[in-house]
Amino acid sequence: MPEEITLRVSRYRPETDAAPTFQEYEVPLREDWAVLDALNYVKDQLDPTLAYRWSCRMGICGSCGMTVNGEPKLTCGTFLVDHAPGPIQVEPLRNFPVIRDLVIEMTDFMHKLGSIQPWIIRDESADDTDVELLQTPSEMDEYHQYSMCINCMLCYSACPVYGLDSKFIGPAAIALAQRYNLDSRDEGEADRLTVLSEDEGVWACTFVGECTRACPKGVDPAGAIQRAKLVAANEAVRAFLLPKWARR
Amino acid sequence: MTGLEQRLYRQRVPLFWWLSRRSYFAFVVRELTSLSVVWFVVYLLWLVWAVGTGRAAYQSFLDRSGQPWMVAINVVALAFAIYHTVTWFAVTPQAMVLKVRRRRVPGQAIAGALYLAWFVVSALLFWFVVIR
Repeated sequence: MPEEITLRVSRYRPETDAAPTFQEYEVPLREDWAVLDALNYVKDQLDPTLAYRWSCRMGICGSCGMTVNGEPKLTCGTFLVDHAPGPIQVEPLRNFPVIRDLVIEMTDFMHKLGSIQPWIIRDESADDTDVELLQTPSEMDEYHQYSMCINCMLCYSACPVYGLDSKFIGPAAIALAQRYNLDSRDEGEADRLTVLSEDEGVWACTFVGECTRACPKGVDPAGAIQRAKLVAANEAVRAFLLPKWARR
Repeated sequence: MTGLEQRLYRQRVPLFWWLSRRSYFAFVVRELTSLSVVWFVVYLLWLVWAVGTGRAAYQSFLDRSGQPWMVAINVVALAFAIYHTVTWFAVTPQAMVLKVRRRRVPGQAIAGALYLAWFVVSALLFWFVVIR
């Protein structure tokens, strides 16, 4: 009999439960198993009713974010042996409504993501369609870090500002706005600024910095937000001091 | 609203969320210690007012400032203000992207420059107030 570890998994069945409860499962403590492997074992062998999201199991898709022992984590990259002897508590991501068990409702995030227009905005009328838009390595370095975001929402789960006021547009959306603002091919900064410079935009952030610590991809959303604040403040001062024709 | 939406379980942030994690607590302390900066501004304005009002008001300011409780307030406020300053110096490199010859200036250099400026201003004030 191999060694085992206890998973304490948050269960919420909306048809019967008023609030989540914990259910314990004993799973094999294998050196190469992440929490996600243990959840898959539970689903396959012990309890097929357990609901959770996952897809790639290699830190790319951003689906398997959950709260593991109180920390927002990608469960595919959180290994059982690092939490031995357990028990390991697995809960849904914090700050989001729970649909069932470990599955959270993410529509709010999807709307926010769309609102910052995370794509290249560009007047292409003068572009030669046969020639690709070139970019030097240093131009790419400007935004590359922010392009690593996988929309896993761990940063929203770590952010007390978002937890207290879900109108805040949030870390990942702002980091992705910066990803395109800093792209040499993009011309959409002014468009995005109208969203970012609202009260629920960059100014709601109080620079707790937890988003950056939670990020599994090294994006540094907190840094992106402070940089966006500088731009927004700069623009506000220019709008106040300069006539419209002199601003750009 | 769909039936599904009504059955969502909404998690709530507990009142003492800022005690649940060391970094949250450090953040709240950082924000609250800004009050000591406010205190020093008030104290400075009080000094300016006293100097402007006349000899008696200035003497009363000095007497009041020499009281043990006032010294205690100022020592505690200074400790808080230093903590506040150090925490902001620590996060400034994250917010500030400086480029010299298209290369990003490392965070340690930015923080180092802030500490240097702090030291220079402090040394100047020390020379001005204590030595001269």
